[in-house]
Amino acid sequence: MFSSFMTNAWLSGTIIALLAGSVGFFVVLRGSAFAAHAIPNGAFAGAAGANLIGVNPLVGLVVFALGAAFGISALSRRTRSDVATALALVMMLALGAAFLATSNAYEPAVNALLFGEILGVSSSELLPVALLAVVCVLGLSTLYRPLLLSSISPELAVAKGVNVRVIDVAFLVVVALSSALAVPVVGALLTFSLMVGPPAAARIVTSRPLRALALSVVFSVITLWAAVASSYWTNLPIGFFVGTMSAGVYLVARGWSLAQSRRPRGALA
Amino acid sequence: MVRFLFEPGLFSNDTVRTALLLGALVSIVSGVVGVFTVLRGQSFAGHALTDVATAGGAGASLAALSPLVGFIGGGVIGAGAMDAIGVQRVKDRDVATGVVLGAATGLSALFLYLITLQTTTTGSTQSILFGSVFTVAPSTVPDVLVLSAVVLAGVTLIRRPLLMSSISPELAAARGVRLRVVGLIFMVMLAAAVGLSAIVIGSILSTALLIGPPASALRVASRLSHALVLACALGVAATWLGVVFAYDSYYWLGSGRGLPVSFFVVADVAAEFVVVSLVAWRRRQRTTALPESLTVPEQVGWV
Repeated sequence: MFSSFMTNAWLSGTIIALLAGSVGFFVVLRGSAFAAHAIPNGAFAGAAGANLIGVNPLVGLVVFALGAAFGISALSRRTRSDVATALALVMMLALGAAFLATSNAYEPAVNALLFGEILGVSSSELLPVALLAVVCVLGLSTLYRPLLLSSISPELAVAKGVNVRVIDVAFLVVVALSSALAVPVVGALLTFSLMVGPPAAARIVTSRPLRALALSVVFSVITLWAAVASSYWTNLPIGFFVGTMSAGVYLVARGWSLAQSRRPRGALA
Repeated sequence: MVRFLFEPGLFSNDTVRTALLLGALVSIVSGVVGVFTVLRGQSFAGHALTDVATAGGAGASLAALSPLVGFIGGGVIGAGAMDAIGVQRVKDRDVATGVVLGAATGLSALFLYLITLQTTTTGSTQSILFGSVFTVAPSTVPDVLVLSAVVLAGVTLIRRPLLMSSISPELAAARGVRLRVVGLIFMVMLAAAVGLSAIVIGSILSTALLIGPPASALRVASRLSHALVLACALGVAATWLGVVFAYDSYYWLGSGRGLPVSFFVVADVAAEFVVVSLVAWRRRQRTTALPESLTVPEQVGWV
């Protein structure tokens, strides 16, 4: 399981889990799960387009993920944000469908983009992935305080002079960059589950922000490691394990908190 | 011009006729259910349920069940799971939808992988995910008709409490509407509607028709009935134009290959949204408008 051909899988998987855990904490806090679902799907269309004109798929992924992020925030000014996200999402997917129809994309390659192909990560891809991940983490740590404030109480953030709109766009850009990284590894459809399940579980376990952020990262790394290992042993697609295990972590946390609240008060002390 | 728009053989083609008929039916169901979906702010659930239904469809095809059973069954189970996790508060709703969607995509990944192991035909993933109205078997038409009628009847039956609880939950609760029950019934209707449209036109178009035309209609309509009629009309127009363009694109490209229907329908939906937004903007320019933050959502008057 730790043989040389698995090294890149473990490394890239861990980087992405670290990133998804920290970005996901804010995704759940802000209630922007729909955007976190739409952006990787937009990125998928970009990879299909890059394939068509013969450029590096990572370029297509980044360009389209950013396009989706800016599209969502521009449309959100005109209409409610869930409608804006839905419209941006279907436009991206329709473009992706058109790209696929005009190119002779090989079906397994399409499946890999949709559901992930963690074994397909080559050593030369690892460096740009790591660099972009560092950029995302730096971005998040710069944004940390205003982002936290505007997520919890937009009114208070405005009163303190935070430009909520700028923070909003900046956050979507971070989501876009991390999605572009994660799509080739865990797939367009499952990047999202890693950004929602483990962070939502962390939020149930603790309400203190820094602790929840740390737990969210820990949960998502554990989820991804368990998924890689299970995929290795069973030969089933990694996406299956990432998706069901992310939901599983959340359900376990719900069960744990239910058990906590049922326990008689005296026993806690 | 007419020759250009309607390439030879368009209306004598059986596939095109089925596509136009089913497309219109699905657009109407999506338009009606979609108006309430947009009003309730449940676009994410509406989209997620198409993916959940798709997972059901893939599972059914693996178990050699009828795909319709899989799509509708998957959607209804997903809707129930979302309700069980909790959809009362808006932010919880987001997480509940996300967790169910994540689990369902995981299952899709498994099912589609197993399908590719079982069969040697390629293209199954894409046809399940992206769908095409040109590939609907005419034998499913009666089932689709019956299910559409059931969904439309269901929404009509609960339209008063549904509208009230969508626009002002407090008011509805004060008038004795049971929000949880109405919400759950609506989620089941939504699941059935998107399951139906996902199987007929694929999951992209299912979301496009559920959200696009109703969102456009709600920008200009001044009463519920207008919004419903306009949403259906815009949906049917987008679908029909999309089917015609997709058929024609085989001739335009001249390479014996066309662009997918979903591409054209979504383009039409987006164009409609832009045009309607311009109309709404022109209208607002003429009336002296309050800042947007001060205005009450227009729909409050509908109750």
